[in-house]
Amino acid sequence: MKAAISRRSFLKMTGLTIAVSVTPFGHTILNTSHAKDLKAFNPNVWLHITPDNKVTITIGNSEMGQGVLTAQSMILADELEADWKQIEIKQGPAADALKSPILGAQITVGSASMRGFYEPLRKAGAAGRAMLIKAAAETWNVPESECRAELGTVKHEKSNRTLTYGQLCEKAAALEIPKDPPLKKEEEFRYIGKPMPRIDVPDKVSGKAIYGLDVTLKDLHYAVIARPPAYGAKPIFFDRNGAEQVKGVVQVMQIPQGIAVCATSTEAALRGREALKVQWSKGTHPHMDNASIEKLMMEDLDKPGAKVHEAGDVKKALREAVKKVEATYYIPCVAHVTMEPMNTTAFVQENRCDIWTPTQNQTAAKAMAAGVTKLPPEKIHIHTTFLGCGLGRRAFNDFLPEAVTISKELKKPVKVMWTREDDILQDRFRAPMTHRIQGGLDAQGQLIGWYHKTSAISIMKPVNPQAIKDGVDYYCLWGLWNVANSPHWNDRIQYEIPNLYIEFHMTDLPIPCWPWRSVQNGPNAFAIESFIDELAHAAGKDPLEFRLQNLKTNKRATRVLQTVADKAGWGKPIPKGQGRGIAQHACFGTWTAQVVDLSVDKKSGKIKVERVVAAVDCGPVINPGPLVEQIEGGIVLALSTALMEEVKFANGGVSSLNVDRYPIIRMSDVPEIEVHIVKSTDKIGGIGELGVPPLAPAVANAFFNATGVRIRCIPLTPQIVLEALKQA
Amino acid sequence: MISLHVNGKVFQVDVSKDETLLWVLRDHLKLTGTKYGCGIGECGACTVHVNGKAMRSCTLTVGEVEKKEITTIEGLPENHPVKKAWIQEQVPQCGFCQPGVIMQVAALLSQEPTPTADQIIAQMDDMICRCGTYPRIKRGIQTAVKSVKKEGKK
Repeated sequence: MKAAISRRSFLKMTGLTIAVSVTPFGHTILNTSHAKDLKAFNPNVWLHITPDNKVTITIGNSEMGQGVLTAQSMILADELEADWKQIEIKQGPAADALKSPILGAQITVGSASMRGFYEPLRKAGAAGRAMLIKAAAETWNVPESECRAELGTVKHEKSNRTLTYGQLCEKAAALEIPKDPPLKKEEEFRYIGKPMPRIDVPDKVSGKAIYGLDVTLKDLHYAVIARPPAYGAKPIFFDRNGAEQVKGVVQVMQIPQGIAVCATSTEAALRGREALKVQWSKGTHPHMDNASIEKLMMEDLDKPGAKVHEAGDVKKALREAVKKVEATYYIPCVAHVTMEPMNTTAFVQENRCDIWTPTQNQTAAKAMAAGVTKLPPEKIHIHTTFLGCGLGRRAFNDFLPEAVTISKELKKPVKVMWTREDDILQDRFRAPMTHRIQGGLDAQGQLIGWYHKTSAISIMKPVNPQAIKDGVDYYCLWGLWNVANSPHWNDRIQYEIPNLYIEFHMTDLPIPCWPWRSVQNGPNAFAIESFIDELAHAAGKDPLEFRLQNLKTNKRATRVLQTVADKAGWGKPIPKGQGRGIAQHACFGTWTAQVVDLSVDKKSGKIKVERVVAAVDCGPVINPGPLVEQIEGGIVLALSTALMEEVKFANGGVSSLNVDRYPIIRMSDVPEIEVHIVKSTDKIGGIGELGVPPLAPAVANAFFNATGVRIRCIPLTPQIVLEALKQA
Repeated sequence: MISLHVNGKVFQVDVSKDETLLWVLRDHLKLTGTKYGCGIGECGACTVHVNGKAMRSCTLTVGEVEKKEITTIEGLPENHPVKKAWIQEQVPQCGFCQPGVIMQVAALLSQEPTPTADQIIAQMDDMICRCGTYPRIKRGIQTAVKSVKKEGKK
């Protein structure tokens, strides 16, 4: 990736510049080559062709390994009929012009980069191609229909003449933009759907890739912050002098986030923080621990909640059901633990503020920096670095204002690093959840009623209380229910249930929660797909058959289930002692299903997952390699949560502060993984988060298949497994 | 002053002997390819070679490695079979852990050019990749092993 483009050069390039503006009413394609003020157009996509024969695409999304820089460029290059070699990809600044058309902010979340930008990028590319062809036809004085674009050139075969896009761009810039340029047919695609090596990989292998933590600047200072060890704790005492006497420490300052130690090296800052010997007050919940959290959340299921959805008459359906099943599930907090801990480098000067940050949320970053500095937004320059993993954590920029505050006070460029302990201590976790579900079957084993009560810590309440509608935080319900017309597409329970009632209760605990890869689709899928398995068992039906029967006309869910079953050999014998489980889920416009094979060591309680087979239907495929990698990675991450991850709390704060006490899956626990892409011509869906939701329930279902014992919580640690086997 | 031998060069660094190798590499020598992940030697992101052995630079002091041969990701040649295999197999996702992973694999293959599956796991279970690239890491190792074998035959 080239250096971040400045706002000035972003707007002022010679040659042909095309932008696409997306509104709820459709796309507007703009020729902005000579535009002076673009604010009125508010475009979302940018393409520049310059006389040096370069095609520059400016991307506003953050690269965290999902391959967004490559995939978005492929779409544009394909429709433009550019040569991949002439493409230059630039990480854009924080700009209104780079906001996601479907999310309304420059933010990389919700598996939305492809579903948001697929059409605008195609249209921008196609418009460029049409204009370059027209420019060539006019130059040669031949009909446009006799000219065709090929790999960055326009050719007129009759006269054997060729002009490059670089040669044509200035002439094209004077042309009117076509309103509805013809898009390529699928069989004409040159890049889309074909494997393209990711452009970020070579620098990541050589060690040259710059993440937030790697930013180096002249006179850079380093800061760490002593942060409250318990929720609501305040500093009672700290040894300022002790810290200031540490060699290399420049300044100690108390800020709202804690006590910051600024130094000339990371080592000195860390030693200075040690020397602070801060004493903290007990905080607001000194007795909170894992047992008390689980107990409260279970009790919450008996308290009245807010009605989310009601169809038919659930009470009646359950009363009349031939078979009735009830089960309660618990999913605890898990942490993000991105390998690069949170950090930001800020340099506040009198009339400008520069920020280098691995953020998923440029729009908020800019607003936050403007808030701290009181500078107008145009004086704030956000430089997005590579992200050392995101998982949603970096969409919440709590790591940014403190760096700005410190730099403003110190009048130096400052890098604030969170240690791993800070990173887990101050994480905003995947919201813990309890679910109580009652289901009723008729004589044919058909699902006729579903009562679902769930409790969770609200994700949005502390951050954006307006997002709570009548007591319901829909962020906690994705995959079970959502508002109509959600930008996150198809995120409701997929089964056709004539009598359905859903109620939500908000758990009152001080633990901050936030989206964690797939948000609550993971926990909700665990409850729903575990319960479906329990119903199938009660009905005496095969879990696959029962699912298909109750998905009825849901074609895409049916198709991924049938594909995965076929590829995994569902129904065929498995090795003795092993179990096989299945689960499906839809969210972010994509359908997916997984089959898990596992074995259980009944002496130690250890589960070994042998194989995971996944099927995915996300509509059009852009770059198949990274697509498969995303699903693989999601499966590995979800397996980590299914087998071992749980945040531990003690004394009113977090106690599992590093990876020795917060175990994360390693190579020996990773099974064989097969990912099958279902060929589909449906609307494009998301991919980044889709590996996660079906995995945990498929593991629990496979465990039941292996042992006859149902475990209704995760993680399935050896201890939990042994206890469950003992009780059975 | 400490004398550090890094990537074939000698650096005189004005730090005390008890400072951490990781931070000296990153903050003083600006070799930022070596990453901080946990600070307790548990994740492997900070792995470098000390006299050819994979070591955790977050738990070493510069005094312990003075005058020893240190190699970081930047010092591993670009045509090293592991680096080439990592590009061929598109191993990294976010890539933050990969410099450490690559150094760990390079050290393994220099000692054991054809490791068994168990030897690979024994060595690689010291590393954490939060993106879950473990299947790709396995594939990358196989590719690197094959290319080392081929080179050997030439």
